[in-house]
Amino acid sequence: MKRLVRLEVNGRTHEVTVEIGATLLDALRDHVGLTGAKKGCEIGACGACTVLVNGRRVNACLTLAVMAEGHAVTTIEAVAQGDELHPLQRAFIAHDALQCGYCTPGQLMSAIAYLNEGHTNAADPAVIREWMSGNICRCGAYPHIVAAIKELA
Amino acid sequence: MLLSYARPRSIDEAIRSAPAGTSPTADDAHAYIAGGTELVPLMRAGIAEPRHLVDLQKAGLRTSIEHGVDHRLVIGAGATMSEVAADPTVGERYPVVVQALLASASPQIRNAATIGGNLLQRTRCSYFRDATFACNKRVPDSGCSAQDGHNRSHAIFGGSPSCVAVHASDLAVALCAVDAKLSLAGPDGKREIRLRDFYLEPRHTPWIETALAPRELIVEVECAADATSSAYVKVRDRASFEFALVSAAAVIHIEFGTIVNIAIALGGVAPRPWRLTTAENVVKGRPFTRAAVSAAVRSALSAAQPLRDNAFKIELARRAAERAVAVAGRIE
Repeated sequence: MKRLVRLEVNGRTHEVTVEIGATLLDALRDHVGLTGAKKGCEIGACGACTVLVNGRRVNACLTLAVMAEGHAVTTIEAVAQGDELHPLQRAFIAHDALQCGYCTPGQLMSAIAYLNEGHTNAADPAVIREWMSGNICRCGAYPHIVAAIKELA
Repeated sequence: MLLSYARPRSIDEAIRSAPAGTSPTADDAHAYIAGGTELVPLMRAGIAEPRHLVDLQKAGLRTSIEHGVDHRLVIGAGATMSEVAADPTVGERYPVVVQALLASASPQIRNAATIGGNLLQRTRCSYFRDATFACNKRVPDSGCSAQDGHNRSHAIFGGSPSCVAVHASDLAVALCAVDAKLSLAGPDGKREIRLRDFYLEPRHTPWIETALAPRELIVEVECAADATSSAYVKVRDRASFEFALVSAAAVIHIEFGTIVNIAIALGGVAPRPWRLTTAENVVKGRPFTRAAVSAAVRSALSAAQPLRDNAFKIELARRAAERAVAVAGRIE
């Protein structure tokens, strides 16, 4: 059963017609045209689909599009300001925190949220690793990802 | 195939919107959805096949965390795991609850998952979760693939020939240790039930997992225990974002070196959180020593019924329980 859903993404409203059971991830990628969020596992285990909903990081693959209606969704496409990279994006490049790049949008969204969550000892690598445990990197760039986040913590 | 999606504006409307004659089991025609982190993967795997989704987001499901006198804590079932874990007063009065929540899932999942949904999550038994395998819980009387299969992650207490799956919620174990009560709302009104009575053992009907009646939902969780000295210990194959092999929640109250009160609940060992009541009764009123607690726990664990692959859980559970008590009692 399809339904018209009004999604607010990166400050703009998009009207999409999707199945009730369609995920926010599929709506973003296939209907809104924002393919930055990646589909790595579809069961919330890898974090490659991480987006912000009302500023909080969630797995878009576990969020139904219909349930995201009325909430502010932020994706990786909104992180840079035109050609001006976000400080965390610059840190990822400086620390070589990616190889294939597939997990990177999810890592960035998750890390941006982490830095905003105000954790005690936020620069402690052990704290970073624990609070980034929802994001997998199959290329093994973890030490560099942690270093990039630590730089901004 | 989902036929409808409703976003009721009140709990009463949510309850009434469920077609009559539905039941709260996996093949339910109607399903409540709150965070969605459990139901969405179950639907994707074809294990849950609701026809009608009832979204509780706007139904006024309480999301508050309220603290009262005498350690009273009331948590709305709609509160997210992250919100409860971040509440400073919960951290002071019920550290076992915060520790259990932070040991669960990932930050992304905790931001969406609700307290009610966490308590109602289904087992992680890999045979249950894979529709190609026989499973009595999924399809009544079709057989249990775990009994003679890979049962390393399965129960050492409370199982039956029909089912040896364990309950996966860390929060449930912590709440069991603090004698929490659940407030339920349904077509016949509201009622309260002790969490310890809420979860049911499989026996011959493993598809009946809780005392939840058709169309009922959890609206609140209430605790009123002195849990300032409490702790949660979780043992698992990975350091994070992984379910428990075994876990232990301990609450202890010591005066002048004597155990005035103690509660020990195990996770990962049974279809429900498993209170070690006999161990608790042995050490209550006695001097608080690691050795005394360890002996009492070992004795309680002698009743375990291991399967082919999970006998290691007995010793692991003993150590987890001992450590949880030691941390709670501040001797570790």
